[in-house]
Amino acid sequence: MNRHLLSINDLSAADAIEILNTANELSKISDGPMRKLPTLRGRTVVNLFFEDSTRTRISFESAAKRLSADVINFSAKGSSVSKGESLKDTAQTLQAMGADAVVIRHGASGAAQRLADSGWISASVINAGDGTHEHPTQALLDAYTIRSKFPQYSENFAGLKVAIVGDILHSRVARSNVLLLTKLGAKVTLVAPPTLIPVGVQDWQVGVSYDLDAVVKDVDVLMMLRVQSERMKDSFFPSEREYSRGYGLDSARLHALQEHAIVMHPGPMNRGLEISAESADSHRSVVLAQVSNGVLVRMAVLYQLLGGAALTGEVGA
Amino acid sequence: MDFNIHRWYLCPAREARKSFNDPSREAAKEKKLATVLDAGEIGRALKRIAHEIIEHNHGLDNVVLLGIPTRGAFLGERIGKFLAEIQSPVPVGTLDITLHRDDLRMRPPRPLLPTVIPIGGIEGKDVVLVDDVLYSGRTIRAALDALGEIGRPRTVQLAVLVDRGHRQLPIRADYVGKNIPTSASESVRVLLDEIDGSDSVQILSGDSK
Repeated sequence: MNRHLLSINDLSAADAIEILNTANELSKISDGPMRKLPTLRGRTVVNLFFEDSTRTRISFESAAKRLSADVINFSAKGSSVSKGESLKDTAQTLQAMGADAVVIRHGASGAAQRLADSGWISASVINAGDGTHEHPTQALLDAYTIRSKFPQYSENFAGLKVAIVGDILHSRVARSNVLLLTKLGAKVTLVAPPTLIPVGVQDWQVGVSYDLDAVVKDVDVLMMLRVQSERMKDSFFPSEREYSRGYGLDSARLHALQEHAIVMHPGPMNRGLEISAESADSHRSVVLAQVSNGVLVRMAVLYQLLGGAALTGEVGA
Repeated sequence: MDFNIHRWYLCPAREARKSFNDPSREAAKEKKLATVLDAGEIGRALKRIAHEIIEHNHGLDNVVLLGIPTRGAFLGERIGKFLAEIQSPVPVGTLDITLHRDDLRMRPPRPLLPTVIPIGGIEGKDVVLVDDVLYSGRTIRAALDALGEIGRPRTVQLAVLVDRGHRQLPIRADYVGKNIPTSASESVRVLLDEIDGSDSVQILSGDSK
Protein backbone atom coordinates (compact mmCIF):
# COMPACT_ATOMS: atom_id res chain seq x y z
CA MET A 1 0.00 0.00 0.00
CA ASN A 2 1.07 3.50 -0.78
CA ARG A 3 1.88 6.19 1.75
CA HIS A 4 -1.39 7.86 0.79
CA LEU A 5 -4.88 6.57 0.19
CA LEU A 6 -6.23 8.74 -2.60
CA SER A 7 -8.04 6.26 -4.77
CA ILE A 8 -9.02 2.61 -4.74
CA ASN A 9 -6.50 2.32 -7.56
CA ASP A 10 -3.77 2.82 -4.94
CA LEU A 11 -4.70 -0.59 -3.56
CA SER A 12 -4.24 -4.06 -4.97
CA ALA A 13 -6.92 -6.64 -4.23
CA ALA A 14 -4.54 -8.15 -1.65
CA ASP A 15 -4.06 -4.74 0.02
CA ALA A 16 -7.81 -4.26 0.20
CA ILE A 17 -8.37 -7.70 1.71
CA GLU A 18 -5.56 -6.99 4.18
CA ILE A 19 -7.32 -3.79 5.28
CA LEU A 20 -10.58 -5.70 5.67
CA ASN A 21 -8.83 -8.42 7.68
CA THR A 22 -7.22 -5.80 9.91
CA ALA A 23 -10.63 -4.19 10.43
CA ASN A 24 -12.02 -7.59 11.30
CA GLU A 25 -9.37 -8.18 13.98
CA LEU A 26 -10.00 -4.67 15.29
CA SER A 27 -13.72 -5.46 15.50
CA LYS A 28 -13.02 -8.37 17.82
CA ILE A 29 -11.00 -6.10 20.05
CA SER A 30 -13.49 -3.24 19.95
CA ASP A 31 -16.43 -5.53 20.72
CA GLY A 32 -14.91 -6.21 24.09
CA PRO A 33 -14.10 -3.73 26.79
CA MET A 34 -10.80 -2.84 25.08
CA ARG A 35 -11.98 0.23 23.21
CA LYS A 36 -8.84 2.29 23.18
CA LEU A 37 -5.51 1.15 21.79
CA PRO A 38 -2.15 2.88 22.29
CA THR A 39 -0.98 2.24 18.74
CA LEU A 40 -0.88 5.79 17.35
CA ARG A 41 -0.05 7.60 20.56
CA GLY A 42 1.78 10.82 19.79
CA ARG A 43 0.66 10.94 16.17
CA THR A 44 -1.51 13.77 14.89
CA VAL A 45 -4.36 13.29 12.47
CA VAL A 46 -5.91 16.39 10.92
CA ASN A 47 -9.43 16.26 9.56
CA LEU A 48 -9.40 18.84 6.81
CA PHE A 49 -13.00 19.24 5.70
CA PHE A 50 -13.86 21.77 3.03
CA GLU A 51 -17.27 20.22 2.56
CA ASP A 52 -19.99 19.38 5.04
CA SER A 53 -19.92 15.92 6.49
CA THR A 54 -21.38 14.22 9.50
CA ARG A 55 -20.49 10.58 9.49
CA THR A 56 -17.19 10.62 7.65
CA ARG A 57 -15.64 13.26 9.86
CA ILE A 58 -16.97 11.75 13.08
CA SER A 59 -15.95 8.33 11.88
CA PHE A 60 -12.37 9.38 11.14
CA GLU A 61 -12.20 11.29 14.41
CA SER A 62 -13.48 8.34 16.36
CA ALA A 63 -11.13 5.93 14.55
CA ALA A 64 -8.08 8.11 15.23
CA LYS A 65 -9.04 8.58 18.88
CA ARG A 66 -9.55 4.87 19.45
CA LEU A 67 -5.96 4.41 18.29
CA SER A 68 -4.86 7.19 20.69
CA ALA A 69 -3.87 9.65 17.97
CA ASP A 70 -4.37 13.36 18.55
CA VAL A 71 -7.08 14.75 16.32
CA ILE A 72 -7.38 18.26 14.98
CA ASN A 73 -10.64 19.08 13.25
CA PHE A 74 -10.55 21.72 10.62
CA SER A 75 -13.62 22.78 8.72
CA ALA A 76 -13.48 25.42 6.06
CA LYS A 77 -16.40 27.26 7.57
CA GLY A 78 -15.16 29.45 10.37
CA SER A 79 -11.52 29.15 9.31
CA SER A 80 -9.23 31.40 7.33
CA VAL A 81 -10.35 29.64 4.18
CA SER A 82 -13.39 31.88 4.26
CA LYS A 83 -10.92 34.78 4.25
CA GLY A 84 -9.49 33.43 1.00
CA GLU A 85 -6.58 31.32 2.25
CA SER A 86 -5.44 28.90 -0.43
CA LEU A 87 -5.17 25.13 -0.09
CA LYS A 88 -1.41 25.51 -0.23
CA ASP A 89 -1.23 27.93 2.67
CA THR A 90 -3.66 25.86 4.69
CA ALA A 91 -1.62 22.72 3.99
CA GLN A 92 1.64 24.40 4.96
CA THR A 93 0.09 25.57 8.19
CA LEU A 94 -0.84 21.98 8.98
CA GLN A 95 2.66 20.86 8.08
CA ALA A 96 4.12 23.42 10.48
CA MET A 97 1.85 22.03 13.19
CA GLY A 98 3.30 18.56 12.66
CA ALA A 99 0.43 16.60 11.15
CA ASP A 100 1.22 12.92 10.50
CA ALA A 101 -1.90 12.31 8.44
CA VAL A 102 -4.33 14.63 6.72
CA VAL A 103 -7.83 13.41 6.04
CA ILE A 104 -9.16 15.67 3.34
CA ARG A 105 -12.64 16.22 1.97
CA HIS A 106 -12.93 18.77 -0.76
CA GLY A 107 -15.53 19.77 -3.32
CA ALA A 108 -13.01 19.66 -6.16
CA SER A 109 -12.13 16.34 -7.77
CA GLY A 110 -8.42 15.71 -7.43
CA ALA A 111 -7.90 17.92 -4.37
CA ALA A 112 -6.48 15.03 -2.35
CA GLN A 113 -4.12 14.09 -5.18
CA ARG A 114 -2.98 17.70 -5.41
CA LEU A 115 -2.25 17.80 -1.71
CA ALA A 116 -0.33 14.52 -1.84
CA ASP A 117 1.71 15.33 -4.94
CA SER A 118 2.40 18.95 -4.22
CA GLY A 119 5.31 18.50 -1.82
CA TRP A 120 3.61 20.99 0.51
CA ILE A 121 3.33 18.47 3.29
CA SER A 122 5.07 15.28 4.36
CA ALA A 123 1.99 13.77 6.01
CA SER A 124 0.05 10.82 4.64
CA VAL A 125 -3.01 12.03 2.77
CA ILE A 126 -6.28 10.15 3.05
CA ASN A 127 -9.00 11.05 0.60
CA ALA A 128 -12.32 11.37 2.42
CA GLY A 129 -14.19 12.40 -0.70
CA ASP A 130 -13.06 14.74 -3.47
CA GLY A 131 -15.77 16.23 -5.63
CA THR A 132 -17.35 13.59 -7.81
CA HIS A 133 -14.14 11.57 -8.02
CA GLU A 134 -13.57 9.08 -5.21
CA HIS A 135 -14.27 8.20 -1.59
CA PRO A 136 -12.10 5.14 -1.02
CA THR A 137 -12.76 4.52 2.68
CA GLN A 138 -16.50 4.43 1.97
CA ALA A 139 -15.93 1.68 -0.60
CA LEU A 140 -13.77 -0.23 1.87
CA LEU A 141 -16.37 -0.01 4.61
CA ASP A 142 -19.05 -1.10 2.15
CA ALA A 143 -16.92 -4.09 1.16
CA TYR A 144 -16.37 -4.86 4.84
CA THR A 145 -20.12 -4.69 5.47
CA ILE A 146 -20.82 -6.97 2.51
CA ARG A 147 -18.22 -9.42 3.70
CA SER A 148 -19.60 -9.50 7.23
CA LYS A 149 -23.08 -10.29 5.83
CA PHE A 150 -21.82 -12.88 3.32
CA PRO A 151 -18.98 -14.80 4.98
CA GLN A 152 -18.65 -17.05 1.91
CA TYR A 153 -17.04 -14.08 0.11
CA SER A 154 -14.25 -13.56 2.62
CA GLU A 155 -11.34 -13.85 0.16
CA ASN A 156 -12.92 -12.31 -2.91
CA PHE A 157 -16.33 -11.34 -4.25
CA ALA A 158 -16.41 -13.64 -7.29
CA GLY A 159 -20.05 -14.46 -7.97
CA LEU A 160 -21.48 -11.67 -5.84
CA LYS A 161 -24.09 -9.56 -7.64
CA VAL A 162 -24.26 -5.91 -6.69
CA ALA A 163 -26.52 -3.20 -8.09
CA ILE A 164 -25.60 0.44 -7.51
CA VAL A 165 -28.70 2.54 -7.98
CA GLY A 166 -29.27 6.24 -8.40
CA ASP A 167 -27.16 9.31 -8.92
CA ILE A 168 -24.08 7.58 -10.33
CA LEU A 169 -23.02 10.73 -12.19
CA HIS A 170 -22.31 12.77 -9.07
CA SER A 171 -21.32 9.91 -6.82
CA ARG A 172 -17.75 9.46 -5.66
CA VAL A 173 -19.07 6.60 -3.55
CA ALA A 174 -20.21 4.82 -6.72
CA ARG A 175 -16.85 5.33 -8.44
CA SER A 176 -14.83 3.97 -5.54
CA ASN A 177 -17.27 1.11 -5.07
CA VAL A 178 -17.20 0.14 -8.73
CA LEU A 179 -13.40 0.06 -8.65
CA LEU A 180 -13.17 -1.94 -5.44
CA LEU A 181 -16.03 -4.35 -6.07
CA THR A 182 -14.84 -5.20 -9.57
CA LYS A 183 -11.26 -5.51 -8.28
CA LEU A 184 -12.54 -8.08 -5.80
CA GLY A 185 -14.44 -9.90 -8.53
CA ALA A 186 -18.06 -8.87 -7.95
CA LYS A 187 -20.49 -8.41 -10.81
CA VAL A 188 -21.67 -4.82 -10.64
CA THR A 189 -24.69 -3.35 -12.38
CA LEU A 190 -25.35 0.38 -12.40
CA VAL A 191 -29.00 1.38 -12.43
CA ALA A 192 -30.01 4.98 -13.08
CA PRO A 193 -31.91 7.19 -15.47
CA PRO A 194 -29.73 7.80 -18.57
CA THR A 195 -29.10 11.39 -17.50
CA LEU A 196 -27.39 10.23 -14.30
CA ILE A 197 -25.07 7.68 -15.94
CA PRO A 198 -21.61 9.20 -16.46
CA VAL A 199 -20.06 9.52 -19.88
CA GLY A 200 -17.47 6.82 -20.48
CA VAL A 201 -19.21 4.23 -18.38
CA GLN A 202 -18.68 1.65 -21.13
CA ASP A 203 -15.02 1.57 -20.08
CA TRP A 204 -15.91 0.53 -16.56
CA GLN A 205 -16.27 -3.18 -16.09
CA VAL A 206 -19.94 -2.96 -15.16
CA GLY A 207 -23.37 -3.61 -16.57
CA VAL A 208 -25.77 -0.72 -17.02
CA SER A 209 -29.53 -0.90 -16.73
CA TYR A 210 -32.31 1.66 -16.76
CA ASP A 211 -34.84 -0.71 -15.25
CA LEU A 212 -34.61 -1.16 -11.49
CA ASP A 213 -37.48 -3.66 -11.31
CA ALA A 214 -35.66 -6.05 -13.64
CA VAL A 215 -32.42 -5.84 -11.67
CA VAL A 216 -33.78 -5.98 -8.15
CA LYS A 217 -34.88 -9.61 -8.39
CA ASP A 218 -31.49 -11.23 -8.67
CA VAL A 219 -29.00 -9.08 -6.75
CA ASP A 220 -27.33 -9.96 -3.47
CA VAL A 221 -26.55 -6.37 -2.60
CA LEU A 222 -28.64 -3.35 -3.48
CA MET A 223 -26.69 -0.17 -2.95
CA MET A 224 -28.85 2.94 -3.06
CA LEU A 225 -27.17 6.31 -3.65
CA ARG A 226 -28.22 9.68 -2.43
CA VAL A 227 -29.63 12.07 -5.01
CA GLN A 228 -27.07 14.85 -4.67
CA SER A 229 -29.26 17.88 -5.29
CA GLU A 230 -26.45 20.20 -4.18
CA ARG A 231 -24.34 19.11 -7.15
CA MET A 232 -27.21 19.15 -9.66
CA LYS A 233 -27.03 22.30 -11.68
CA ASP A 234 -29.29 21.00 -14.43
CA SER A 235 -32.55 19.12 -14.29
CA PHE A 236 -31.57 15.47 -14.56
CA PHE A 237 -35.08 14.14 -14.06
CA PRO A 238 -38.54 15.71 -14.42
CA SER A 239 -39.58 15.59 -10.77
CA GLU A 240 -38.62 13.96 -7.51
CA ARG A 241 -41.83 12.01 -7.61
CA GLU A 242 -41.02 10.59 -11.00
CA TYR A 243 -37.47 9.73 -9.94
CA SER A 244 -38.79 8.02 -6.88
CA ARG A 245 -41.25 5.96 -8.92
CA GLY A 246 -38.58 4.83 -11.37
CA TYR A 247 -35.51 4.45 -9.19
CA GLY A 248 -36.55 4.66 -5.56
CA LEU A 249 -36.55 1.62 -3.31
CA ASP A 250 -40.20 1.35 -2.38
CA SER A 251 -42.16 -1.38 -0.66
CA ALA A 252 -42.81 -3.45 -3.80
CA ARG A 253 -39.14 -3.49 -4.81
CA LEU A 254 -38.07 -4.21 -1.25
CA HIS A 255 -40.28 -7.30 -1.24
CA ALA A 256 -39.05 -8.35 -4.68
CA LEU A 257 -35.52 -8.77 -3.31
CA GLN A 258 -34.13 -12.23 -2.71
CA GLU A 259 -34.42 -13.64 0.80
CA HIS A 260 -30.73 -13.05 1.63
CA ALA A 261 -30.28 -9.71 -0.15
CA ILE A 262 -29.17 -6.63 1.76
CA VAL A 263 -29.86 -2.94 1.22
CA MET A 264 -27.05 -0.41 1.62
CA HIS A 265 -26.96 3.36 1.57
CA PRO A 266 -23.91 5.54 2.21
CA GLY A 267 -26.02 8.18 3.91
CA PRO A 268 -27.35 10.73 4.43
CA MET A 269 -30.61 9.25 3.18
CA ASN A 270 -33.32 11.23 1.45
CA ARG A 271 -36.20 9.24 2.88
CA GLY A 272 -39.07 9.14 0.43
CA LEU A 273 -36.86 10.02 -2.53
CA GLU A 274 -34.35 7.26 -3.29
CA ILE A 275 -35.34 5.05 -0.37
CA SER A 276 -38.65 4.66 1.43
CA ALA A 277 -38.75 4.82 5.20
CA GLU A 278 -39.92 1.21 5.26
CA SER A 279 -36.88 0.08 3.26
CA ALA A 280 -34.47 2.19 5.30
CA ASP A 281 -35.72 0.68 8.55
CA SER A 282 -36.24 -2.88 7.32
CA HIS A 283 -34.20 -5.82 8.57
CA ARG A 284 -32.44 -5.92 5.21
CA SER A 285 -31.03 -2.45 5.68
CA VAL A 286 -27.43 -2.43 6.88
CA VAL A 287 -27.15 1.36 6.96
CA LEU A 288 -26.23 1.54 10.64
CA ALA A 289 -23.82 -1.37 10.33
CA GLN A 290 -22.12 0.62 7.56
CA VAL A 291 -21.64 3.50 9.99
CA SER A 292 -20.14 1.41 12.76
CA ASN A 293 -18.00 -0.56 10.30
CA GLY A 294 -16.75 2.77 8.99
CA VAL A 295 -14.90 3.37 12.24
CA LEU A 296 -13.24 -0.06 12.10
CA VAL A 297 -12.19 0.28 8.47
CA ARG A 298 -10.80 3.77 9.06
CA MET A 299 -8.89 2.48 12.07
CA ALA A 300 -7.43 -0.20 9.82
CA VAL A 301 -6.47 2.39 7.19
CA LEU A 302 -4.87 4.68 9.77
CA TYR A 303 -3.00 1.72 11.20
CA GLN A 304 -1.72 0.68 7.78
CA LEU A 305 -0.61 4.22 6.92
CA LEU A 306 0.70 5.39 10.29
CA GLY A 307 1.15 2.26 12.39
CA GLY A 308 4.60 1.37 11.15
CA ALA A 309 7.84 3.01 10.27
CA ALA A 310 7.76 5.82 7.77
CA LEU A 311 11.21 4.77 6.63
CA THR A 312 12.64 1.35 6.03
CA GLY A 313 14.65 1.67 9.17
CA GLU A 314 16.69 -0.75 11.18
CA VAL A 315 14.84 -3.93 11.95
CA GLY A 316 15.44 -4.74 15.59
CA ALA A 317 15.16 -8.07 17.31
CA MET B 1 9.36 14.47 -0.61
CA ASP B 2 10.73 11.30 0.77
CA PHE B 3 11.18 8.57 -1.80
CA ASN B 4 12.76 6.12 0.56
CA ILE B 5 9.51 4.96 2.13
CA HIS B 6 8.82 1.32 2.62
CA ARG B 7 6.51 0.23 -0.15
CA TRP B 8 4.80 -2.69 1.44
CA TYR B 9 2.25 -2.83 -1.33
CA LEU B 10 5.00 -4.36 -3.39
CA CYS B 11 5.07 -7.33 -1.06
CA PRO B 12 1.49 -7.99 0.05
CA ALA B 13 1.28 -8.98 3.68
CA ARG B 14 -0.07 -12.40 2.83
CA GLU B 15 3.02 -13.23 0.80
CA ALA B 16 5.26 -11.77 3.46
CA ARG B 17 3.62 -13.90 6.10
CA LYS B 18 3.99 -17.00 4.00
CA SER B 19 7.65 -16.46 3.38
CA PHE B 20 8.21 -15.53 7.02
CA ASN B 21 6.77 -18.85 7.98
CA ASP B 22 8.92 -20.68 5.51
CA PRO B 23 11.89 -22.08 7.43
CA SER B 24 13.80 -23.01 4.28
CA ARG B 25 14.18 -19.34 3.46
CA GLU B 26 15.93 -18.63 6.75
CA ALA B 27 17.81 -21.89 6.74
CA ALA B 28 19.25 -21.13 3.33
CA LYS B 29 20.47 -17.77 4.51
CA GLU B 30 21.86 -18.78 7.88
CA LYS B 31 24.14 -21.52 8.98
CA LYS B 32 22.26 -24.01 11.09
CA LEU B 33 24.20 -24.54 14.29
CA ALA B 34 22.32 -27.00 16.35
CA THR B 35 18.98 -28.52 17.08
CA VAL B 36 18.55 -28.06 20.81
CA LEU B 37 15.11 -29.64 21.21
CA ASP B 38 13.55 -32.31 19.03
CA ALA B 39 9.88 -33.18 18.71
CA GLY B 40 9.90 -35.60 21.64
CA GLU B 41 11.66 -33.16 23.91
CA ILE B 42 9.25 -30.36 22.99
CA GLY B 43 6.34 -32.65 23.82
CA ARG B 44 7.83 -33.64 27.18
CA ALA B 45 8.66 -30.03 28.06
CA LEU B 46 5.10 -28.92 27.34
CA LYS B 47 3.71 -31.82 29.36
CA ARG B 48 5.94 -30.89 32.28
CA ILE B 49 4.78 -27.27 32.00
CA ALA B 50 1.18 -28.55 32.12
CA HIS B 51 1.95 -30.45 35.35
CA GLU B 52 3.64 -27.39 36.83
CA ILE B 53 0.66 -25.19 36.00
CA ILE B 54 -1.64 -27.59 37.86
CA GLU B 55 0.74 -27.80 40.81
CA HIS B 56 1.34 -24.07 41.05
CA ASN B 57 -2.34 -23.14 40.82
CA HIS B 58 -3.57 -25.99 43.05
CA GLY B 59 -5.81 -27.24 40.27
CA LEU B 60 -7.23 -25.71 37.16
CA ASP B 61 -10.54 -24.21 38.29
CA ASN B 62 -9.48 -20.65 37.72
CA VAL B 63 -6.86 -21.05 34.98
CA VAL B 64 -7.11 -19.52 31.49
CA LEU B 65 -4.43 -20.06 28.83
CA LEU B 66 -3.69 -17.25 26.37
CA GLY B 67 -1.21 -17.98 23.58
CA ILE B 68 0.60 -15.14 21.84
CA PRO B 69 0.34 -15.61 18.05
CA THR B 70 1.79 -17.02 15.96
CA ARG B 71 3.60 -19.90 17.62
CA GLY B 72 2.61 -19.16 21.20
CA ALA B 73 -1.00 -19.72 20.15
CA PHE B 74 -0.21 -23.26 19.00
CA LEU B 75 1.81 -23.96 22.14
CA GLY B 76 -1.13 -22.71 24.23
CA GLU B 77 -3.42 -25.16 22.48
CA ARG B 78 -0.99 -28.01 23.04
CA ILE B 79 -0.61 -27.22 26.75
CA GLY B 80 -4.41 -27.00 26.90
CA LYS B 81 -4.64 -30.53 25.46
CA PHE B 82 -2.17 -31.84 28.04
CA LEU B 83 -4.10 -30.18 30.86
CA ALA B 84 -7.31 -31.79 29.58
CA GLU B 85 -5.60 -35.21 29.49
CA ILE B 86 -4.03 -34.86 32.91
CA GLN B 87 -6.87 -33.23 34.78
CA SER B 88 -9.59 -31.13 33.11
CA PRO B 89 -10.05 -28.82 30.12
CA VAL B 90 -9.35 -25.12 30.61
CA PRO B 91 -10.38 -22.16 28.44
CA VAL B 92 -7.72 -21.50 25.78
CA GLY B 93 -7.52 -18.27 23.80
CA THR B 94 -5.08 -16.09 21.93
CA LEU B 95 -3.85 -12.56 22.54
CA ASP B 96 -2.39 -10.50 19.69
CA ILE B 97 -0.01 -7.87 20.98
CA THR B 98 0.81 -6.10 17.70
CA LEU B 99 -1.06 -2.91 18.56
CA HIS B 100 0.74 -2.66 21.89
CA ARG B 101 4.28 -3.17 20.66
CA ASP B 102 6.85 -0.50 21.48
CA ASP B 103 8.75 -1.03 18.22
CA LEU B 104 5.87 -0.36 15.83
CA ARG B 105 7.59 2.66 14.40
CA MET B 106 10.77 0.77 13.69
CA ARG B 107 9.15 -1.56 11.16
CA PRO B 108 6.58 -1.44 8.39
CA PRO B 109 3.02 -2.04 9.59
CA ARG B 110 2.41 -5.65 10.28
CA PRO B 111 -0.78 -7.58 9.85
CA LEU B 112 -2.87 -8.10 12.95
CA LEU B 113 -3.20 -11.64 14.22
CA PRO B 114 -6.27 -13.08 15.88
CA THR B 115 -7.20 -12.28 19.46
CA VAL B 116 -9.67 -14.76 20.91
CA ILE B 117 -10.72 -14.18 24.49
CA PRO B 118 -12.41 -17.34 25.79
CA ILE B 119 -16.01 -17.16 26.98
CA GLY B 120 -15.89 -16.28 30.64
CA GLY B 121 -13.23 -13.66 30.02
CA ILE B 122 -10.17 -13.11 32.16
CA GLU B 123 -11.64 -11.06 35.00
CA GLY B 124 -10.38 -12.52 38.29
CA LYS B 125 -8.78 -15.51 36.51
CA ASP B 126 -5.29 -16.92 36.74
CA VAL B 127 -4.08 -16.16 33.23
CA VAL B 128 -1.14 -18.12 31.86
CA LEU B 129 0.44 -16.36 28.87
CA VAL B 130 2.15 -18.77 26.49
CA ASP B 131 4.90 -17.80 24.06
CA ASP B 132 7.62 -19.65 22.17
CA VAL B 133 10.78 -17.73 23.03
CA LEU B 134 11.44 -15.34 25.92
CA TYR B 135 14.17 -12.91 24.92
CA SER B 136 14.05 -9.15 25.55
CA GLY B 137 10.78 -9.37 27.46
CA ARG B 138 9.21 -6.66 25.32
CA THR B 139 6.59 -8.96 23.84
CA ILE B 140 5.46 -9.88 27.33
CA ARG B 141 5.36 -6.24 28.41
CA ALA B 142 3.11 -5.56 25.42
CA ALA B 143 1.01 -8.59 26.34
CA LEU B 144 0.58 -7.28 29.89
CA ASP B 145 -0.61 -3.96 28.45
CA ALA B 146 -3.01 -5.72 26.08
CA LEU B 147 -4.29 -7.83 28.97
CA GLY B 148 -4.81 -4.77 31.13
CA GLU B 149 -7.17 -3.35 28.54
CA ILE B 150 -9.29 -6.48 28.50
CA GLY B 151 -9.72 -6.98 32.21
CA ARG B 152 -8.08 -7.54 35.56
CA PRO B 153 -6.88 -11.09 36.02
CA ARG B 154 -6.19 -12.32 39.57
CA THR B 155 -2.69 -13.37 38.54
CA VAL B 156 -0.74 -13.40 35.30
CA GLN B 157 1.81 -16.15 34.79
CA LEU B 158 4.13 -16.81 31.90
CA ALA B 159 4.97 -20.07 30.20
CA VAL B 160 7.62 -20.20 27.47
CA LEU B 161 9.12 -23.06 25.53
CA VAL B 162 12.57 -21.45 25.44
CA ASP B 163 14.18 -18.84 27.66
CA ARG B 164 17.26 -17.58 25.85
CA GLY B 165 18.23 -14.80 28.27
CA HIS B 166 19.22 -11.22 27.36
CA ARG B 167 16.28 -9.59 29.11
CA GLN B 168 15.86 -5.85 28.59
CA LEU B 169 12.98 -5.54 31.05
CA PRO B 170 12.36 -6.92 34.56
CA ILE B 171 10.31 -9.89 33.35
CA ARG B 172 10.70 -13.57 34.12
CA ALA B 173 8.88 -16.76 33.17
CA ASP B 174 7.04 -18.98 35.66
CA TYR B 175 7.27 -22.07 33.49
CA VAL B 176 10.20 -22.69 31.16
CA GLY B 177 10.50 -25.57 28.72
CA LYS B 178 14.25 -25.15 28.40
CA ASN B 179 16.77 -22.50 29.34
CA ILE B 180 19.10 -22.01 26.40
CA PRO B 181 22.05 -19.70 27.00
CA THR B 182 22.71 -17.82 23.74
CA SER B 183 24.77 -14.96 22.52
CA ALA B 184 22.91 -11.93 21.20
CA SER B 185 24.18 -12.57 17.66
CA GLU B 186 22.53 -15.97 17.56
CA SER B 187 18.86 -16.49 16.98
CA VAL B 188 16.55 -19.14 18.28
CA ARG B 189 14.01 -20.60 15.89
CA VAL B 190 11.05 -22.59 17.10
CA LEU B 191 9.46 -24.74 14.43
CA LEU B 192 6.05 -26.23 15.10
CA ASP B 193 4.19 -28.91 13.22
CA GLU B 194 1.04 -26.78 12.86
CA ILE B 195 2.77 -24.12 10.81
CA ASP B 196 6.26 -25.34 9.88
CA GLY B 197 5.51 -29.01 9.24
CA SER B 198 7.68 -30.41 12.02
CA ASP B 199 8.69 -29.76 15.62
CA SER B 200 12.14 -28.58 16.65
CA VAL B 201 14.06 -25.77 18.31
CA GLN B 202 17.23 -24.62 16.58
CA ILE B 203 19.97 -22.15 17.35
CA LEU B 204 21.14 -20.27 14.30
CA SER B 205 24.09 -18.00 13.85
CA GLY B 206 23.80 -14.68 12.01
CA ASP B 207 22.10 -11.51 13.05
CA SER B 208 18.71 -11.78 11.41
CA LYS B 209 15.94 -13.05 13.58
